[in-house]
Amino acid sequence: MDQAAIIGVGMTKIEANKAGDTFADMVWEAVNKALDDAGMTINDVDNVVTTSNDFWDGRTISCMAVGDASGARHKNASCVEGDGTFGAFYGLTRALSGDYGTTLVTAHSKGSESISSLITNAAFDPIYERAIGMDMITACAMQATAYLDRTGTTPDQLAMVSVKNHGNAKQNPLAQLPMDLTVDDVLKSEMLSDPLHKLDCSPVSDGCCAIIIANQARASKYSGRPVWIKGVSFCSDSYFLGDRDLARAPSLAQAAQSAFAMAGIKDPATEIDVAELYDAFTYQELMWLEAMGLCEDGKAGSRLESGDFHRNGRLPVNPSGGLLSGHPVIAAGLIRIAEIVKQLRGEAGGYQIPDARRGVAQGVNGLCGQSHCVWVLDRDNQEKEIG
Amino acid sequence: MQPTKEDCFIVEGKLALPYQYFAGRTGSRFLIALRDEKKIRGIRCEKCNKVFVPPRSTCERCFSDISQSWVDLEDTGTVTGFTVVRYEEPYQPTKPPYILALIKLDGADTPIAHIIKDIPLTEMKLGLKVKAVFAEKTTSTIMDIDHFRPQEDG
Repeated sequence: MDQAAIIGVGMTKIEANKAGDTFADMVWEAVNKALDDAGMTINDVDNVVTTSNDFWDGRTISCMAVGDASGARHKNASCVEGDGTFGAFYGLTRALSGDYGTTLVTAHSKGSESISSLITNAAFDPIYERAIGMDMITACAMQATAYLDRTGTTPDQLAMVSVKNHGNAKQNPLAQLPMDLTVDDVLKSEMLSDPLHKLDCSPVSDGCCAIIIANQARASKYSGRPVWIKGVSFCSDSYFLGDRDLARAPSLAQAAQSAFAMAGIKDPATEIDVAELYDAFTYQELMWLEAMGLCEDGKAGSRLESGDFHRNGRLPVNPSGGLLSGHPVIAAGLIRIAEIVKQLRGEAGGYQIPDARRGVAQGVNGLCGQSHCVWVLDRDNQEKEIG
Repeated sequence: MQPTKEDCFIVEGKLALPYQYFAGRTGSRFLIALRDEKKIRGIRCEKCNKVFVPPRSTCERCFSDISQSWVDLEDTGTVTGFTVVRYEEPYQPTKPPYILALIKLDGADTPIAHIIKDIPLTEMKLGLKVKAVFAEKTTSTIMDIDHFRPQEDG
């Protein structure tokens, strides 16, 4: 594809309850941070994509209510309902269309204002599924059972994901839940829905992220340092859980293969330096790693145990602390992209992965990973020599 | 001076949105069979050789209309996924702890989600053979299947 880059990122702190901020306040903060980061003003933004969810915002046509804070007045502004990575995908295609040189993409939500379980219960089919009381946690617990059974991954290994990510968050000043945990702490936390304990689940969070995407002509025009978009793909699976093989994630495998191929990556397990994945639940980080080809199938648990995915490991995963340490839905995937941008620019501070050149970010939309969006980013805009 | 969080107002609200969900022609035939005959019906895609339940009018695999190829399914099946729900929510059909499961009915290729009763939580396992227990009184909904229980020879 034609070249495009991310030239600015901005994130609010992720918090349990931003009682002082409206949605627009959060968007204002993230957008201005992204503009400062890129060395741009709002006048340099050619078009805007906002990403939000009406139920989490408690307002219909919610995406149009943050246009003011996105600087979208009298500009082409469009909206995506879903994860921020999907908003960013749309923003990228607009920048590549030739009609716009730069796209500002925002994604926000405030879990604190509503009751997430009521919203996720309503995501299930109203004729066949809603009445039996399913919601995001219980559906994902069924998926976790099926994944553990298929791969032999253990509850202890799931707990290690929580220990690692909450520990990583201690270096991230924007994370909501930096914690010193032991495997025992996780296993002794309240069992919500077998096999998922409270500390196997990401928290309810408030937060916003903004990124600025530019085409090649505009990418180097401002003072910010561009990070290049080398491969992007998304893929969806069936809606009904029963129509899928829940113990696997074939749509993620397809999205990842296609994104890595676009980036010219043959063996992602050795060519990727850092990954920010959608760890809404502990088991998901392991399942996604395998589906993306970043680790052999069924082996993520034991690779984690041997330290491969720690900050000093072979492939650091979620060095920022991941979603387990703060999960504003909708913004969640866009934050994964912004974190990879920070890593590739060497600006991740206490959780910087030394000499990170290539990274991958993943976003998820739908129940139990129905659809996935994968972004492969590169520090340099040239083919890396292998070996 | 900036107001502190304690000075920030929270305005209580509620999105109450009555809604009528149309079951559609295909879903209605499924619900009528469940209500009047205590039968669980699926739909077969002849081309893909797959039997789907819940029924749907189209096959997403080969993108064809399958709305007329109904098949009767057994009221017995096998558990392919489950969890023990341990927290309470207003939308749950029964008081936790309870078992939520994916059940592949005999004769179907795609499991449906439902609840399982009449088994100690610690004995619940994947592969369990279960049988549908129909509700005594119909509500013309999926809850005409009240729950699934282990098969006696299980």
